[in-house]
Amino acid sequence: MSNTLTQLTIAQARDGLSNGDFSATELTQSCMDTYGAARKLNIYITETPELALEQAAASDARRAKGEALGSMDGIPIAMKDLFCTDGIQSTAGSHILEGFVPQYESTISQNLKDAGSVMLGKSNMDEFAMGSATTTSYYGNTVNPWQAASGPDAGKDLAPGGSSGGSASAVAARMCLGATGTDTGGSIRQPASFTGIVGLKPTYGRCSRWGCVAFASSLDQAGPMTRTVRDAAIMLGAMAGHDVKDSTSTPIETPDFEAVIDQGVKGLRVGIPKEYTAEGMPEEITSLWQRGAGWLREAGAEIVDVSLPHTKYALPTYYIVAPAEASSNLARYDGVRYGLRVEGNSLDEMYMNTRAEGFGEEVQRRVLIGTYVLSAGYYDAYYLQAQKVRTRIAEDFTKVFEDVDVLLTPTAPSPAFTLDAKMDPVTMYLNDIFTVPASLAGLPGISVPAGLSQHGLPLGLQLIAKPYDELTMLRTAEVIERFAGFDLPVFSGREA
Amino acid sequence: MSLDRETVRRIAYLARIRVDEDRLDKIAGELDGILDWVEQLSEVDTDGVEPMTSVTELTSPHRVDVVTDGQCPDKVLANGFDTFDGFFTVPKVVE
Repeated sequence: MSNTLTQLTIAQARDGLSNGDFSATELTQSCMDTYGAARKLNIYITETPELALEQAAASDARRAKGEALGSMDGIPIAMKDLFCTDGIQSTAGSHILEGFVPQYESTISQNLKDAGSVMLGKSNMDEFAMGSATTTSYYGNTVNPWQAASGPDAGKDLAPGGSSGGSASAVAARMCLGATGTDTGGSIRQPASFTGIVGLKPTYGRCSRWGCVAFASSLDQAGPMTRTVRDAAIMLGAMAGHDVKDSTSTPIETPDFEAVIDQGVKGLRVGIPKEYTAEGMPEEITSLWQRGAGWLREAGAEIVDVSLPHTKYALPTYYIVAPAEASSNLARYDGVRYGLRVEGNSLDEMYMNTRAEGFGEEVQRRVLIGTYVLSAGYYDAYYLQAQKVRTRIAEDFTKVFEDVDVLLTPTAPSPAFTLDAKMDPVTMYLNDIFTVPASLAGLPGISVPAGLSQHGLPLGLQLIAKPYDELTMLRTAEVIERFAGFDLPVFSGREA
Repeated sequence: MSLDRETVRRIAYLARIRVDEDRLDKIAGELDGILDWVEQLSEVDTDGVEPMTSVTELTSPHRVDVVTDGQCPDKVLANGFDTFDGFFTVPKVVE
């Protein structure tokens, strides 16, 4: 029983719970057992088994009284460790926040709690969400449950992508039914592609950022990571909503995302942006992209070639804007109010020692870059110019969405790489080449598992939609999912 | 352009991150690599283009100017490294 329960999607579990086929406690226990058999994946920074069982029991009690809360009631999830959780250590993957126990709950985790979901633990991530492989976490690497069947990487441990790598691996390995992620430049979508799951970044403003540790505030957005498109719709519904505590949260109604996903794509115009190719991108990704377009055409959509001429500038723009915002946001880690303190002979020295020891290499690099581009004499040449190019990038999308309803692109330029792959910073940044443009423009994007590489690793396709039009995006994603018939394998336990 | 050790030292001080002398060259090289790569933005024609500071076109929301939270000094101080009598403490700054 316990193994089969973790195979369920959120939608199936909702029905099973509602029919009384099993309890939330049984479902939660089976998720914990699945992780217990595969600890080598290093999913959680902090596990919360007592809380999970307590929440599951409360869910069962509600249901017994006929007071079940809705689709997420009793559903076990993993929470990215970027979300502050009241009374539970929240680290953002950083040494500088080791031992930090928030005295408040982030809006996203509160919303999910209010919906009755069960939190299994705080999942591992790149430090302050800066990374594309979950290899910059102070708490060790998370391992992707997938392994290459052939090729030079066969049998090696692979990266789950990042920064939401713990959440991605947990969902793929069926250790939870869904997980929260956050996406600043691709941190939900790229790991979803690397692990063969669905990852949805909503429109900027759809989900509250309150209580979520800030990386780049004009870009950060929370979203669901699940095994199906329907599950993403269900979970997003529980996460989204206007929040007065976040002044950038949009005061609009949250639609019933799940209600529309079977509506198909008949009559929709799907744009194929010609700029979405990368140097050295394997042919198999291009052909999968073409196959995806073919599926949508077969389902009644019209495929339109479009151009987003400033696409190639998106990544360098991002690597000015995001570090600039990060250098400002991370100024708060001063060794005084929370987290690590490393003493020095003066206040300045204490700050400098604390931040040198508390921040990892990649975080230091980005804070330094951000400080540089914001410093006197360089502000106009770098930061202001990047903000202007960002306008150009957003205008490209606005223009193209006058003609099409949704865009189809690859999610990432490669399948998962090995955990020990050596990359210089810029090469690592190129992972987000297809996800960053929509982030800069604040648009919703989703990665849907669509096929396998020649060596048997998952590949995702990305859909990008107009602001607040997650509904069209989800409908289209459902068609890709249906035609792809992607089969997430059941991974056997990989003990340490 | 290329960053010299002195510039890295200056940025590191602005960011309040201690960088040991033996790491200055390595960091200068890495930052140089990133700056060389972002340099391509200068080729984009941005004459008359407004800088994008926010993706939402909403005007900032207003609310009534009343206290909505607070009266919880213990919670505020709960994670402080060292606290005394309702305050955070820092190393002595005045001789």
